[in-house]
Amino acid sequence: MRWGPPSKRSLATQLAQRGEDDTGRLELVDGSRIAVIGGGPAGSLFTYFVFKMAEVVGLELTVDIFEPRTFTRCGPAGCNHCGGIVSESLVQLLATEGINLPPRVVQRGLDSYLLHMDVGSVRIDTPLHEQRIAAVFRGNGPRDARHIDWDSFDDFLLRLAVGRGAKTVRRVVTGIDWSNEKPVPTHAGERGEPYDLVAVAAGINSNLLRTIEAEPCGYERPSSVATYLCEFQLDRETIQRHLGSSMHVFLLDLPRLEFAALVPKGNVVTMCLLGHEIDMDLVRAFLDSAEVRACFPPGADLPAKVCNCSPLINVRGPARPYSDRLVFIGDSGVTRLYKDGIGAAYRTAKAAASTVVFQGVSKAAFDRHYRGTCRRISRDNAIGKFIFAFNGQIQRRRFTRRAILRMVSEEQASPGAQRYLSRVLWDLFSGSAPYREVLLNTMRPGFIRGILRHTVRSILPFEDRPMVEGKFHGRDRTG
Amino acid sequence: MGGIVLGKVYEDGEIIVRQGDKGDCMYVIQSGDVEVVEETDGNELVLAVLKEGDFFGEMAIFEQQVRSATVRARGEARVLTVDRRTLMRRIQNDPSVAFNILHTMSHRIRVLDKELGRVKAMLAELVGEVGASSRGEK
Repeated sequence: MRWGPPSKRSLATQLAQRGEDDTGRLELVDGSRIAVIGGGPAGSLFTYFVFKMAEVVGLELTVDIFEPRTFTRCGPAGCNHCGGIVSESLVQLLATEGINLPPRVVQRGLDSYLLHMDVGSVRIDTPLHEQRIAAVFRGNGPRDARHIDWDSFDDFLLRLAVGRGAKTVRRVVTGIDWSNEKPVPTHAGERGEPYDLVAVAAGINSNLLRTIEAEPCGYERPSSVATYLCEFQLDRETIQRHLGSSMHVFLLDLPRLEFAALVPKGNVVTMCLLGHEIDMDLVRAFLDSAEVRACFPPGADLPAKVCNCSPLINVRGPARPYSDRLVFIGDSGVTRLYKDGIGAAYRTAKAAASTVVFQGVSKAAFDRHYRGTCRRISRDNAIGKFIFAFNGQIQRRRFTRRAILRMVSEEQASPGAQRYLSRVLWDLFSGSAPYREVLLNTMRPGFIRGILRHTVRSILPFEDRPMVEGKFHGRDRTG
Repeated sequence: MGGIVLGKVYEDGEIIVRQGDKGDCMYVIQSGDVEVVEETDGNELVLAVLKEGDFFGEMAIFEQQVRSATVRARGEARVLTVDRRTLMRRIQNDPSVAFNILHTMSHRIRVLDKELGRVKAMLAELVGEVGASSRGEK
């Protein structure tokens, strides 16, 4: 693979071969060919927007999506290893773009978060009491799923892209070679055809990124941490009775655990653990906690796991996930820290699509028009790291957990009152707002006054009494 | 499984937005139909019937004005709310998000132009008829 420093041929020859115009721009023209490696949300949305934008300017393109998996298959063979939450903001933005999630794709519409701590639980409702968060299957459900009457989210998006004119190529891309300055996907050593642009949307768990990183091209694979996902099968009514239409989030004092959630779906509950060096001891400690047990039917053992995996998630992307005729989107490039990975895939896919259609496919074009989106996400992630570190400190102190419980309970039980902490937690858990906005909301005088008042009350011994029934929206276990 | 539709359910006749109310969001119909009704002096005029995938209330996103018409469910309808905050934050970074809305607004202006032309032609015809009949009377 060769790119980076120009060859020694004359500039004129290079420009002619590379299809540059006299301003030095590498551009897509009628008949240009694009290879998209990976048919997950990033690849499919990139293709969808490329076709949509190309139509606006009357550009005719060919797009091949290389995706060996069939998302209509159950278990790992069709899965993209993700918790399967489409955030509130993404649901709204997709609807504005004309992409409405069909009922068969949505496993459950979520309208609230239930925050569980050792000191009690509290429910945080959406401001409008509306189901605007979608729990979905990225593939077609867990291993050995039967009586399938749903559709895969990834398959839905891939079909949208194919509906716009893309062709799906069921082959594994193992590397990228170059011919006349054009990228050529290779398949187990066998060279394919050259393309005018390759968009890599293979995901952080793909071996392809390792291969590309090994080449002397300057691409650095994103830094990653391992997560743990598993699915429990329960009948629909039991899930509705015990978990309802809420996402269950846990702030537990367990070392190395940054974030934990139970996501109710149709007849499956997905468990997501994020943190550092998550091993089976941590998984067992989490599952054995009283707070998690309380979310499942009482008395019995936990239902059997029907699927589990430990996928990597991107925690820091490369500074420049692109080069001439090559761009990395979704979590192959830059994504949001811990949250809303599908939302970040949408943002990077759309920014890359707009760059290649309207500005060109050169490194300079990506520098000018794609890098900004990546930098915004990366800068926001830096703030997110600080927020999660602070959140970790809250997790470790009982009095701060009690203060959180008291303040959110009071806010939720007072209709019409300003919901300072509820909003911060909602945006943090749902990934609906940038981390910067979450941080700014913690600097509001009302937030600071409230958190100080409830922290003091949580520390003072004479305040440690049972809460008046009905006063708080949550369940308190401190008294 | 009957399928899960996102948004909020409105029963037949239930009002989703009321003419004259202040609004800070727009709506996308996820399932069912809604009707857009203008109320003048106690009389109702149905301006349009919108279907799945259509959106309404977008003017409140761009103008700080009250709702220009009432929208209510026609049969059971499920409608998704799009917040101004979410949309405007995104438009700041990616103005093309508004393209779909502009496309629909442009289409609505085209339909209104046609409607206005038709009404003008009818009025002209009526004026002509009244003029002719009054001349005939003389």
